[in-house]
Amino acid sequence: MRRLPILLATLGVLALIVVSLFVGSYDIDLRSLFTDPEARRMFFISRVPRTLALVLAAAAMAVSGVIMQMLVQNRFVEPTTTGTSEWAALGVLLLTLLAPAASPLLKMGAASAFAFLGAMVFLFVLQRIALKSQVIVPIVGIMLGALISSLTLYLASTYQLLQTLATWRSGGFSSVVRGTYEPLWVVGIIVIGLYLAADRFTIAGLGRDTATSLGLPYRRIMFIGLTMVALATGVTTVVVGFLPFLGLIIPNLVSMARGDDIRSNLPWVVLSSVALMIACDLVGRTLVAPLEIPATVVLGAVGAVVFVAMILRQRKKAHV
Amino acid sequence: MSETRIAARPAAPARRSLPVAARLAVAGTIAATAVVCYLFLFIQGSFDFAFERRLTVIGTMVVVAFAHAVGTVVFQTITHNRILTPSIMGFDAVYILMQTLLVAFFGGSVLAATDGMPKLLTQTLLMVCFTMLLFRWLFSGRGGSIHVMLLVGVVLGLAFRSVSDFLQRMLSPSEYDVLSTRLFGRLTSAEASYLPLAAGVCLIAGAVVWYRCHRLDALLLGRDAATNLGIDHKRELTVMLLVVSLLIAMSTALAGPMTFFGFVTAMLAYQMTGTHRHAAVLPMAFFIGVITLVGGQFVLEHVFYASGMLTVVIEFLGGAVFLLHLLRKGTL
Repeated sequence: MRRLPILLATLGVLALIVVSLFVGSYDIDLRSLFTDPEARRMFFISRVPRTLALVLAAAAMAVSGVIMQMLVQNRFVEPTTTGTSEWAALGVLLLTLLAPAASPLLKMGAASAFAFLGAMVFLFVLQRIALKSQVIVPIVGIMLGALISSLTLYLASTYQLLQTLATWRSGGFSSVVRGTYEPLWVVGIIVIGLYLAADRFTIAGLGRDTATSLGLPYRRIMFIGLTMVALATGVTTVVVGFLPFLGLIIPNLVSMARGDDIRSNLPWVVLSSVALMIACDLVGRTLVAPLEIPATVVLGAVGAVVFVAMILRQRKKAHV
Repeated sequence: MSETRIAARPAAPARRSLPVAARLAVAGTIAATAVVCYLFLFIQGSFDFAFERRLTVIGTMVVVAFAHAVGTVVFQTITHNRILTPSIMGFDAVYILMQTLLVAFFGGSVLAATDGMPKLLTQTLLMVCFTMLLFRWLFSGRGGSIHVMLLVGVVLGLAFRSVSDFLQRMLSPSEYDVLSTRLFGRLTSAEASYLPLAAGVCLIAGAVVWYRCHRLDALLLGRDAATNLGIDHKRELTVMLLVVSLLIAMSTALAGPMTFFGFVTAMLAYQMTGTHRHAAVLPMAFFIGVITLVGGQFVLEHVFYASGMLTVVIEFLGGAVFLLHLLRKGTL
């Protein structure tokens, strides 16, 4: 009986996935899938990769958010509020300038390396400053991000790449077809790895002394955690662009509803972020059809509203 | 760097020997010299043409320096924080979104066609409304917190950025080119006809702040102490925040967004004066702002031949200083 809610949730997400598979400008329904070879071809070239990309990217960003929140012990951090995504953008831009013909795989490598660097810089800064309140951490991260993005913007404007940068930042899933989304499978593997190691990250989050006295190699765990987050961020930003706030609102909403047991929360986090991502994508696809608003933009708007509501809630709790 | 560090500590005897008034006089003289040098040196060709153009640039720079210097010092006082700048509250994002929306809905020519007083006023008012709404909603009232207000401002800023990014990718490249000139600080190409209005706003804001200098000093002591000294804390904060947002919004509408410039002027001003009294810090910050902008432009124009790069250079150096300062001071 205890497994019933998660089963229902899984069914709900599966239903959303099916809807996502059959919505779009090219008319495909269940019957044409079996009778019309052209429809079947389109289905596997465009619809399936798109939906898979949505699922994988959403899971990756949400789980990255969970891990960062555990490692930093702060509810408000995730790749976009720690500057990590901005670093990834800088990495890709630099690579584009130095080697315009670089393969996507190389771009992902550069993005991941820079994301890792950014996460390290952020942690370094955090360790050096005293934190008077939870809310300060994301402000520091966003200021760091602003610093990096001013450099990125400057480079982009010097080399006439500004609009490319804007296109790439807002990304979206419309250009995802077979052959472009496959690297996201790496992210899927990372998600599973993070799930298996969740307990260790929870302990590492308690601080270096506690973790060491519990027999945990603190530095190594931090290193592995950050590497995984950086890889996930790098690959996701290159394939689909920034997914703002996803890693922030979903884990927090799940924690509010279920408490802070990370390992049992993780399936819920993954399911709800996939559901939210697909919902945003569906809204973006149907609202202004035949045009579309990228899911990332819908997510940015929805995410900001939810995030603000969360901050306000925290404020109320702190003052009651 | 180490010398300025000593100046920040009141106990250091070597730097204390020079009274604050003298320091202000020195800074003022340097600022005036920079202005005169920029106006009269290295003029080639028609004197009238060059002079008029340079007057406009100087006017813009003085206005921007005033707005950011005074705005940041006052903002840091009311937030009890020496690191934040008012730009963090999302002015840039609102401004960028407004420009992008204009181009996206009315085409590339609209930016030049609608330039004029009404647009400047509308943009300024919209930005002021945004921050005042945030303020009334999150900061005044019970349980308000300046950090929550900032964070919400920043988050809304991120959301606006995301919408702007999306709209920008739909523009044709030529329209985007027109837009992109508006997305950066552009001190050397601001419209001359705006300057009287901007200067007027600065004068009024300056008068308000100057008249309330001592109240600002009292605000530094914290809410309770200030209330004990007979100050209506909330009212004072509202007035000051209104002044700050007016100054920064106007500067942004006039010359484009700048994030770290105000931080640099305020930080240097505190170190150079070695006091917390606003009557000394505010003018010092203004002088330092003028020296930075005019001196920087002079050097870039005549030494490096890169006149359009000033804001970029200042932003980047300012950002680097910000990061170092954050690490050294060890708190936000």
